[in-house]
Amino acid sequence: MRIDKHPVLHFEKGRKVQFYFDGRPMTGHEGEAVTAALHANGVMVLSHSLKRRHPRGLFCAIGKCASCMMRVDGQDNVRTCILPLREGMRIETQEGKGRLK
Amino acid sequence: MALKINKCDILIIGGGPAGLEAAYHAAKAAPGLKISIVEENFLLGGQLIKQTHSFFGSKNQFAGKRGFEIAELLMDRVRKNPDIDIHLQTSALGCYEGGIVACESMAEGCLKEFQPGRTIVAAGARENMAPFPGNDLPGVFGAGAAQTLMNVYGVLPGRKVVMLGAGNIGLIVSYQLMQAGAEVLAIIEGLPMIGGYHVHAAKIRRMGVPILASHTVVRATGKSTLEEVEVAPIDKNWKIAGESTVFQADTLCLAVGLTPGTELLEQSGCRMAFVKELGGHVAWHNDRMETSRPEILVAGDVSGIEEASTAMLEGKIAGLAAAEGLSGLDLSDEISRAQQELAGIRKGPYGEKACLGKDKLCKLSVR
Repeated sequence: MRIDKHPVLHFEKGRKVQFYFDGRPMTGHEGEAVTAALHANGVMVLSHSLKRRHPRGLFCAIGKCASCMMRVDGQDNVRTCILPLREGMRIETQEGKGRLK
Repeated sequence: MALKINKCDILIIGGGPAGLEAAYHAAKAAPGLKISIVEENFLLGGQLIKQTHSFFGSKNQFAGKRGFEIAELLMDRVRKNPDIDIHLQTSALGCYEGGIVACESMAEGCLKEFQPGRTIVAAGARENMAPFPGNDLPGVFGAGAAQTLMNVYGVLPGRKVVMLGAGNIGLIVSYQLMQAGAEVLAIIEGLPMIGGYHVHAAKIRRMGVPILASHTVVRATGKSTLEEVEVAPIDKNWKIAGESTVFQADTLCLAVGLTPGTELLEQSGCRMAFVKELGGHVAWHNDRMETSRPEILVAGDVSGIEEASTAMLEGKIAGLAAAEGLSGLDLSDEISRAQQELAGIRKGPYGEKACLGKDKLCKLSVR
């Protein structure tokens, strides 16, 4: 849900780019946080808790809480809330703790 | 992973209002000192960039301007100074002996080592969680996170919102959610009274939003994302004291306080103290923002939860104190002017708690 009209703010957005979420093509704006692009595309579940597999979503949006850790272009445990979106990025839901590369 | 060695005199960890002001004033007072700022996010300005309300306080701290406009001014004067270099998407990992600070640059995919004469930790704070079943469901946000989504990126967090917490953050974010087009169903407050400014509360009530004092969130439920928020009245012992109400909501915002982000300070061996009024554990520091480790200073929310105007002044004091220590210049007049200004701001209605906390800290011994 993008905000079209705002009484105070004017949003300067980067150019429209395509990216992939779990293989599905989506569009977002270059330079916005990956989580913002996902949220605008209706993606709320970003990860799952390790033991009970609870769905987890965006919580802090400033890189403090680890709830938005995902696999980005093959790299695990990326905090997607402080990652700027680039064209062609491959964002994937990560299962488990991920691997160090 | 490749390692890059970076030379600088003052390293500032955190590019929010405290860090930016520390850099600007240190560079201005002692030209020639090399200053580096490391910031985890890809944007500078910390949490000021999402503040759309106008600030009160003193002219020197840009009273009357909106938060994001103040952030622009602070960023601009830091960017213009050739003695300050900025490392975005760079996380500080640890402060080690000899003043070495190790950082990871996510942008460049390398480790960066700094060996500054002084390090100013201006790492900010994190939002508190509230304990209830379902608090980890997608759709449950920190109120600040909802603010980031809508005010920085122009993405609405959800359509129907319940807010937990009627302090200033809860009230201001509720208003901003409505400005952005969401419906706020209710504001829930555990205490018997509203914590924030009454002008804000009155404005929100006029817009038809109920503020339920002495209430709490019992649970949040939903299949894979939030669908319902159950709310119940509580007594003064925080026990459920009546029947629940269920709100059909896709968003629940938690505005239940902040905790200083002190990991680096603890790790580096600074003397820590628990001061309730400052939001939890903080590094011991004096009125020049110096910690128990001579080469480490603090500024902003990491040294005690307050707000942006006081963070800017603490940043200024820390920047000046660090510059004085390294340059040999006498900056005591400028430092004491900033200290007086800070004391003036804290005389406001919300400064009392911080004063109490900072006084408690000063009474403790350094070791």
